[in-house]
Amino acid sequence: MAGPVIVVGAGPAGIRAAERLVEAGLRPVLIEESARDGGQIYRRQPEGFTRPHEALYGSEAAKARALHAAAEALRPRVDWRPETLVWAARDNALLVNAAGRSESLPYAALILATGATDRVMPLPGWTLPGVTTLGGAQIALKAQACTIGARPVFLGTGPLLYLVAWQYLKAGAAVQAVLDTSPFMKRVEALPWMLARPGLVVRGWTYTRDLQKAGVRIATGIMPVAIEGDDRAAAVRWRDATGQDHRTECDAVGIGYGLRSETQLADLARCAFAFDAGARQWLPVADEDGRAGVPGVYLAGDGAQVRGADAAELAGRLAACAALRDLGTAVDEIEMVTLRRRLAPMTRFRRGLERAFPWPANLAAALPDEALVCRCEAITAGTLRRAGGEYGAPEVNRAKAFSRTGMGRCQGRMCGLAAAEVLAAARGEPIEAVGRLRGAAPVKPLPVATEAAP
Amino acid sequence: MTGLLHRVGETQRRAVRIRVDGAEVSALEGDTLLVALLTSGARLRESEFGDGPRAGFCLMGACQDCWVWTEDGGRLRACSTPVAEGMRVVTRGAPWPAP
Ligand SMILES: Cc1cc2nc3c(=O)[nH]c(=O)nc-3n(C[C@H](O)[C@H](O)[C@H](O)COP(=O)(O)OP(=O)(O)OC[C@H]3O[C@@H](n4cnc5c(N)ncnc54)[C@H](O)[C@@H]3O)c2cc1C
Ligand code: FES
Repeated sequence: MAGPVIVVGAGPAGIRAAERLVEAGLRPVLIEESARDGGQIYRRQPEGFTRPHEALYGSEAAKARALHAAAEALRPRVDWRPETLVWAARDNALLVNAAGRSESLPYAALILATGATDRVMPLPGWTLPGVTTLGGAQIALKAQACTIGARPVFLGTGPLLYLVAWQYLKAGAAVQAVLDTSPFMKRVEALPWMLARPGLVVRGWTYTRDLQKAGVRIATGIMPVAIEGDDRAAAVRWRDATGQDHRTECDAVGIGYGLRSETQLADLARCAFAFDAGARQWLPVADEDGRAGVPGVYLAGDGAQVRGADAAELAGRLAACAALRDLGTAVDEIEMVTLRRRLAPMTRFRRGLERAFPWPANLAAALPDEALVCRCEAITAGTLRRAGGEYGAPEVNRAKAFSRTGMGRCQGRMCGLAAAEVLAAARGEPIEAVGRLRGAAPVKPLPVATEAAP
Repeated sequence: MTGLLHRVGETQRRAVRIRVDGAEVSALEGDTLLVALLTSGARLRESEFGDGPRAGFCLMGACQDCWVWTEDGGRLRACSTPVAEGMRVVTRGAPWPAP
């Protein structure tokens, strides 16, 4: 196979992978869709912003600084391609687009470090202005020094729910409520797994305590009912664990239920997928070091499995070691054994998070028929249910053909997992029986070159 | 109408002027187009399916909900487009050609 080693994604996983390849004397190609390296958690603010690392990354400031320094040191040693979208993969080459121009880049080995996005469960009103993902709420703050509202409600489940609420509190927002669909007992039951990383358990507890001290209402085991408002979010209706209904007024809502791996490119590179019962998602199959089923393709970081930023750094380095070894470069076994050993508790912690903050699959069945599931094409739960019922679509790709769900511009990134749940519930089948939306090129709409008018 | 987003820092940046639905709007250098539009207003576009206004969702280039039309019919993904002096965009009544 001809060509360089290509790394896709300049987050913690991709940067550490590229760094290991450079250490071995290679000059890899490092491709990133956004203008700056850092990825999600260590996302950088634009040039000209002045907040220090401590203000942006809090407890993770030292790690952020180290990663950014590593990325800067790499720049002259790699073929660095920011603002470049990888939009397809075929025949051992990537199709990339930068500034409106596309080209094909053949690779000898490919390391996919494409990260994750928020995992979302729709509810009536979720398309209203003022509603963002939890990740979006955090990006507004981190990358643009803006809040999504002065009186936000945060709704969903997972560690990001509490972290983002806490970050908003620190930024001076009057957080109206933190509404968690997971019952508190789940967290207690998950402790044996979560204690694989005691520091993170303590940190999560601190966020909750600070929020409570500030008088923020935190409710667990809730059921979201709807977001209300004319032309913008004005209130959240929800049911508490005892079945009582509430209406909390607000001017913005951040929603999210954990993360979903960004797997389209792995799919186009023909990696095999398997259903992961813990995550309730289809994920690309890879061995412990990140080798996918296809020769020459490696997966690292949240794009392979959501184990968080620390694991992403280790997994990136490990995948690079595996690639180097397969290409015939000697790699000390001790290095790989050490990386695998350090990753083990992170894998265990991930299983704990899945238990503590489960994806509320049951909400899909309870979604009213008129609720929008697909925001790109405005497809309702009812239409999707009919595709599964009357038209007998046995799996998501057929349902997509009948209802257009997942066919829109986001390619099912936002609705795909929820749509599968709606379909499975309507057909009375287990979620794995309805399959997964297959990736299609281009993985994102290609930008149309446009210039500002004079 | 007040904007959806609120600035909580980094306000010492240079001002940038753009036109939104014909009216002049002031933003700051380094803003994304989404932030420029939503600190002063509460919508980016009208859903082409008649279900109301939209204002983005993920802010990270994944959902494609934040498309904005320029006066000359171009399309910009507002959350990943830096604002630039003199941009002219429309958030109401724009044509919606097939993607
Ligand atoms: C919105 C969000 C906020 C988060 N906040 C926190 C937090 O505060 N604290 C915490 O502990 N964890 C957080 N996490 C989890 C944390 O981001 C991850 O654990 C960590 O960033 C994963 O690193 P990664 O390298 O695997 O992926 P990422 O950091 O996500 O990096 C992946 C990179 O790949 C690029 N990419 C993807 N597809 C393509 C393509 N087709 N072409 C070109 N480039 C591409 C992306 O632009 C991105 O920069 C967050 C996750 C998300 C999604
Ligand atoms: S807000 Fe999701 S792509 Fe811009």
